[in-house]
Amino acid sequence: MKKQLLDNASDTSLDRVDGAVKVTGTATYSAEYLVPGLVHAVLVTSTIAKGSITAIESREAEAVPGVLAVISHLNAITVPGWPERKQPAERVPVGTALRVFYDPLIYFDGQPVAMVVAGTREQAVHAASLVRVTYQQETHQTHFEKNIGKAGVALNVQRSKNSPFQDYQRGEAAKSENTEVRIEAEYTIPTQHHQPLEPHAIIAVWEADDKLTVYDKNQGVKSAQGQLAQAFKLPRENVQVISKYIGGAFGSGIRVWPHTMAAVMAAKQLKRPVKLVLGREQMFTSVGYRPYTVQKINIGATKDGRLIGIVHEGTGQTSMYEEHLERTVLASRTLYACPHVATRYRLLPLDVNTPTWMRGPGDATGMFALESAMDELAFALKMDPLEFRLKNYAESDPERNLPWSAKSLRECYELGAEKFRWNNRMQAPRSVTQNGLLMGYGMASSLYGFHRHPSKVRAVIQADGSVIVQSATMDIGPGTGTAMTRIAAKVLGVNAKKIRFELGHSALPDAPGQNGSATIPSVGSAVHVACEALKTRLVALAREMSERFKSGGQVVVRNGQVYGSVDDKDGVSYADILKYHHLNELEVTEESKSGAERDQYSMYSFGCHFVEVLVSPLTGEVRVTRVVTCADVGAIINYKTARSQSIGGVVGGIGMALMEHSEMDHRFGRYVTTDFAGYHIPVHADIPPIEVYYIDKPDVHVNPIGSKGLGEIAIVGVAAAIANAVFHATGKRVRELPITPDKLV
Amino acid sequence: MDIDHDATPPDAENEARRFFLKQSMFIAGLSMAPADLLQAALAPEDGPVGNAAKVKISLTVNGKRRRISIDPRMTLLGLLRENLGLTGTKKGCDFGQCGACTVHVDGRRTLSCLTFAAMQHGSKITTIEGLSSGDNLHPLQEAFIKHDGFQCGYCTPGQVMSGVACIREGCAGSAEEVREYMSGNLCRCGAYPNIVDAILEVKMEGLKV
Repeated sequence: MKKQLLDNASDTSLDRVDGAVKVTGTATYSAEYLVPGLVHAVLVTSTIAKGSITAIESREAEAVPGVLAVISHLNAITVPGWPERKQPAERVPVGTALRVFYDPLIYFDGQPVAMVVAGTREQAVHAASLVRVTYQQETHQTHFEKNIGKAGVALNVQRSKNSPFQDYQRGEAAKSENTEVRIEAEYTIPTQHHQPLEPHAIIAVWEADDKLTVYDKNQGVKSAQGQLAQAFKLPRENVQVISKYIGGAFGSGIRVWPHTMAAVMAAKQLKRPVKLVLGREQMFTSVGYRPYTVQKINIGATKDGRLIGIVHEGTGQTSMYEEHLERTVLASRTLYACPHVATRYRLLPLDVNTPTWMRGPGDATGMFALESAMDELAFALKMDPLEFRLKNYAESDPERNLPWSAKSLRECYELGAEKFRWNNRMQAPRSVTQNGLLMGYGMASSLYGFHRHPSKVRAVIQADGSVIVQSATMDIGPGTGTAMTRIAAKVLGVNAKKIRFELGHSALPDAPGQNGSATIPSVGSAVHVACEALKTRLVALAREMSERFKSGGQVVVRNGQVYGSVDDKDGVSYADILKYHHLNELEVTEESKSGAERDQYSMYSFGCHFVEVLVSPLTGEVRVTRVVTCADVGAIINYKTARSQSIGGVVGGIGMALMEHSEMDHRFGRYVTTDFAGYHIPVHADIPPIEVYYIDKPDVHVNPIGSKGLGEIAIVGVAAAIANAVFHATGKRVRELPITPDKLV
Repeated sequence: MDIDHDATPPDAENEARRFFLKQSMFIAGLSMAPADLLQAALAPEDGPVGNAAKVKISLTVNGKRRRISIDPRMTLLGLLRENLGLTGTKKGCDFGQCGACTVHVDGRRTLSCLTFAAMQHGSKITTIEGLSSGDNLHPLQEAFIKHDGFQCGYCTPGQVMSGVACIREGCAGSAEEVREYMSGNLCRCGAYPNIVDAILEVKMEGLKV
C-alpha cells in the first residue's frame, strides 16, 4: 500500500528545473561571473596557533609583476562598522567574530594574516609565497582531552535563563544509576569538515563608493546582505548579494566568514573587482567544522526493557573568541518515553577557529551517542534493538508534555524493518559470516526539530499565462527551485514548464537562509500562500467576465484555466483573463509564518536507518553493503529530489562513521589533513545501493503544505546505525569515530 | 597517442618542443625544464608575467582552434576557466584528488588542475561545453537528469566527462565496475547511486557516446 503511494509519487516527480544547466556546465557559481577589470586575491595564513604578528615583509611580493597590493592589518581599510583598533591590541572578549586584518593578534593556525591581489591568479599565488610573516609566539592549547578540565557552561547560556542549552532535569537525575540494567559509556566524535566540492569563493564589486555587489558562496543572501550592510554602514538596499548556484555547503555557508570580508575590503581599497577562491587546504580553517565532541551517557532500564533514566552530558570544542553551541544532548530529552532524564552541555574553548553547524548539527553528534547507548543497552537486556525502541516509544513529547503535531516513527520502523528484512537478524553478535567476512545488522532512529521562519514570496502571472515565483531563498543542492515549482504548479493548476522560480538574490522577497531543514516548511508554505492569493485574484477577475464563474466554491483551476465547476468543459485561460482586463501581468506578494500551533504541538521530523556491514576479520576494513532509510517528514513535495537528499544524508553518514577525521598535529596546533588525500570522504566505491522510503502523510498542524524538513534527519543517526552494525558483525563496540580498521584489529 | 594534424604546429621546431615538453613531464616535471626551453617559448612582445615569460601555444578546444599566449604556470583548468571563459570545468581541489576538473585530452579523461596548459600545445581538448551540440544533450547528460545524478551540480561536469570516458573505455559493464572506475570523481552531496544508474543505463542501452 505504502509502496504504491511512493511509486505514484515518483511517477509524477519533476526532474530538476536546473538539470539542463547543471549537466551542461552553464550554471554560474560564485567564482564564475564575468566582471570587467577583475583581479585575483590569494590569502596568506598564519603558521602559528597563538600569538601576534611582529612584522610582515612584503617588499619581495610587491615587486612581483602584476601585483597590485599586499593587504594586512598594517594597511587595510577601516571597516566603519567595527570599533576603533586598540593600541596595543588586546584579545577580544568571547562572542566577537574574527575581524580580518584588524590587529596583529593570532587566534588559530590558518588565520588570514595578509592577502595578495594581482592581475592573475598565478601572479598572486607566486607573490603570496614570498610574503614573510614573523610572530611573537605564545603557548597554544588545541588538544581536547588534555584541556577538558577547562570546559564550562557557555557565557551565552549563563546569561540566558531560557537557553535550551541550560542544564535540564526531569524526574530524579541519579535514577539511571540504580536501575536493573545499566550502561555507562563515553563517545567521541572528532572534528569533521563540510568540504563541499566547490571551495568557498567570492567576487566583490564596489559599483560606487556606497554601493556593493557580491557574488558569494553562502546559504543566506539576506543575512549576508544585512551583515555586510552593517559592517560598511550602508543602507541594506545598497548591498546586493547574489548566490544563485552553490556547489554544496552543508552548513559551511551559513555565516559571513572573514575571507568574504577580506575580499570586500580589498575591492574597496583597490577600487577594483576582487575574486577570492579558497584553496582546499584553507577550507579546513576558514569556514567552520563539526566540533570535536565528547559525550558521556548513563542509561538504565528495567529487566523487561523499560527505560528508567538517561543522563547525557556533552562537551564540544569552540574557539577562544566565539561560542558555538549545538543541540548535542537535546534529543535525549525527547526521543524516548523515559521518566528520569538529565542533560548537561559544556564548551571547551581552544586555540582553533570557530566551529559551525554541519549537516544535522548537534543531533548527528548526539544521536551517535544516544543510539549507540540504546544498542548497547538492548544487547545487555538481550533484546532486539528495534523491539527495545518500540517498547519505549514516546506517544507524546516527554520534554514539553505536548502532543506531537504528527509522528509516524512507528510506521517508519515497521516499513524499514520489512524492507531491510530485519527479521533475519541473529541476536548474537559475530554469528554470521559471508565469504569469510563478518556480517552485521544495525539500526538507529533519527529526529530533528521542525523549523519554520517568516518568508515572503512574490508570484506574478504574465500575459502569456506563464508564472514567475520569487523569493530570496537558496539552493545548496536539495532542489529548492524544483520543489517550489511543484508547489506553485499544483496550486495554480499550471504546467511546471510554464513556471520559473527565482532565488539566490538579496533583492528578492525576504526568506530565511537555507539551514535547519527549514526551506520547504518556510518558503514552501509562502509559495503555497502566494499562489493561492494569485489564484483567488484570477478567479475574481474571471467572475467579472462571465456568470459561469459565479458558482462560489465550485470554481476549479487546471491546465492554466479557470472552470465554473469540476465538470465544466469550457474554461477561460489565465492569459485570456489578463487580456480581457487589459493587464500585462498580475502580481501578489504574501508572507507566511508560524502561529499559535507552535505552543500547542511539539513538532519534529522522524526517521530510522537500517544498515548491513561486512567486516574483514583480518584487516578490520568495514564495508557498508546495504542501507534502508525511512523518513516521516509529512508530505513529500517532489519524490525524486527528496530521495536524492535522503541518499545524500546516508552517504554523509557513512563518511562520518567510517572515514572523516580532521587530524591535528598539536605541536603546531595545525591540521595535517589538508586535502582529500588526507581527509577522506566517501567515493563511488564506498557506497552501496540505498533504499529510501517515506511515510508521506501530511502533518496538518505544521503549515499549509503539511511538509517538514528532510535535510538533517537524512544524516542524523546514520553513524550510530553503522557503529551498531559493526558491533553486531564483530562483537566489538567502537565508541570513537571514525571506525577505522585500527580500531577493529 | 593520436595526433590531431589540424592542431599540429606549423614548424618542426615547435613539434620537437612539444615532444620534449611531454617527455619532460613524464621524466622530471616542468620544474626541471631547461632554461633554453623557456627561452624558445619567450614572447617578448607580451612582456613579463610575474617571474616567468609567456608561452605561445596552439590547441583545439571543443573543436575550435585556439592560439594563445599564456603564463607557463597556468594550469589547463586555469586556462579554460579564466582565459577562455569555459567555467563548466570545475575547480575543486587543485591537487587532482576530486575529479571536478575532468576534461578529455586527445580523448582521454584528464585532470585539468594537474595539467600545465603550456604542455597542451597541439592537444585536442573537450570540455563539458563541447560534449553536446546545439540543444541536444549528450545521452549521459539526459540520463543524469532522468536519474537525478546530482544535487548541487558542482561535481557534475567532471562526473559526466568521466562517465562518458568510462563507457568508452569499456569499464561500465556492471555497477561494481562503474563504482570502481568512477571513484576518482568525488560527490559530497552523495549522488553516487544515481550517477551509477545513469551511466549503466546509457551503457546498457548501447547508445553512442
